[in-house]
Amino acid sequence: MMSQWQGTLTGLRAAWRREISAYFATPLAYVFVAIFLLVLGVFTWDLSRFFDTGAADLGPFFYWHPWLFMMFMPALAMRLWSEETSQGTAELLLALPVSLPGLVIGKLLAAWTVAALALALTVPWWIAVNILGPADNAAIAVTYMMSLIMAGAYLAIGAAVSALTRSAVLAFVIGVLVAFILTAAGWPLVSGAVADLLGPSAGDAIAQFSFLTHFETAQRGVLELRGLIFFFGFIALCVALNTLFVSHRRGGAQ
Amino acid sequence: MLDLQHLRKSFGDHIAVADLSFHLDKGEVLGFLGQNGAGKSTTMRMVAGVLEPDGGDAQINGHSITSARREAQSQIGYLPEGAPLYRDMTPVTFLRFMADAHGLSRVQRKNAVERVIADARIANVAGKPISALSKGYRRRVGLAAALIHDPAILLLDEPTDGLDPVQKRAVRALVARMAPEKAIVISTHTLDEVPAMCSRVIVIDKGEVVADQTPNALAASQPGGLEEAFIALADTREAVS
Repeated sequence: MMSQWQGTLTGLRAAWRREISAYFATPLAYVFVAIFLLVLGVFTWDLSRFFDTGAADLGPFFYWHPWLFMMFMPALAMRLWSEETSQGTAELLLALPVSLPGLVIGKLLAAWTVAALALALTVPWWIAVNILGPADNAAIAVTYMMSLIMAGAYLAIGAAVSALTRSAVLAFVIGVLVAFILTAAGWPLVSGAVADLLGPSAGDAIAQFSFLTHFETAQRGVLELRGLIFFFGFIALCVALNTLFVSHRRGGAQ
Repeated sequence: MLDLQHLRKSFGDHIAVADLSFHLDKGEVLGFLGQNGAGKSTTMRMVAGVLEPDGGDAQINGHSITSARREAQSQIGYLPEGAPLYRDMTPVTFLRFMADAHGLSRVQRKNAVERVIADARIANVAGKPISALSKGYRRRVGLAAALIHDPAILLLDEPTDGLDPVQKRAVRALVARMAPEKAIVISTHTLDEVPAMCSRVIVIDKGEVVADQTPNALAASQPGGLEEAFIALADTREAVS
């Protein structure tokens, strides 16, 4: 008989393997990685005029991460639960003797693995920067790590939203909308407008809920405990909501 | 083995299962009959742990589906209506996934996958994508998945739906082979399947048992056999309501 912990681990492992196989059995992961690299490349090298900065750092590259993740991560997560509902396979999952959080975390980790792979494929750019001049590799490593953690937070939004609908497209649209709100809240244009309207403390408070704010510190190569707690706390919240949305179906919700 | 005690389920104002109780022992194959909307699939889904009952309980080999859900679910092999499968997988990868999800070790998984592929007679399609398989083969893959952990109780929702006569015969033979060691519930619309597969029949209407007999006894209750008996029960219930 499986303990609670074993049940979680069994579900996590099975769901992770299943989702990884689903990503790579179809062109989804390959297309995702290719488009992500292409768009990130265009934004970094062309839009940010990387070579005009004259600095051997990846600032222009990391600058775009929150804004691109806001679009790409919900796309990666949109089918995680919505497809289970539309294809009827949610019934198979709910009949398994595993814990629901295990399944939820396993699916999220699979999407996170694909995101990590996409980020890993940008490492040649890091090498290129080192060829161009002396780079602060420790700072770059910290920013890479925080970028990956932030990607997990964006994926967690997409996964939780996908449990609310049987339409992957709708899950994507809602996911992007939620991600946009959580990104733009830290944008000076938005936090400034809120500050003008409701006072400086309201502007600051709104900005504290933004991914942009917490990623900004890491972009300077500083690893802040507050940022880690924020992102991991946010992921935990989304996993809890995701589990709640899926378990709600046991009551008869579709 | 399987003991349903006053199971109830409603969806909003609609009562799907009003009050359902029955007991099933090892070696019994139960034909679970009823008109569309009678509550068959809802009952199966509650027993499989997919839906939470509003009231009552199901004891599965001594484990309560409401208070020890995972332990109860580990005793059940469930083939849902329509046999939903991951179409991007092959039968082998799908069965490995199901074995992993039931916590089988690597060696157990290998043996279990080989066993159910042989039992369900899907060796010739085991490496093909599920999306490329016929409806009949897909149903057999679903059946193989339900058997992967050698459960004590099998819940089969329309197991022969969409199968050709040869495939139906193969499923019947498989059920007959497994019957002595398991308790099996088969929900079906196809009445002529019942005498061939089942040792007992329960007919439900609006989530209540209206007949609980052997197939032969039920068939003998009307001159036209099982079909007439089923229609007569439906008519009687309609007249009462």
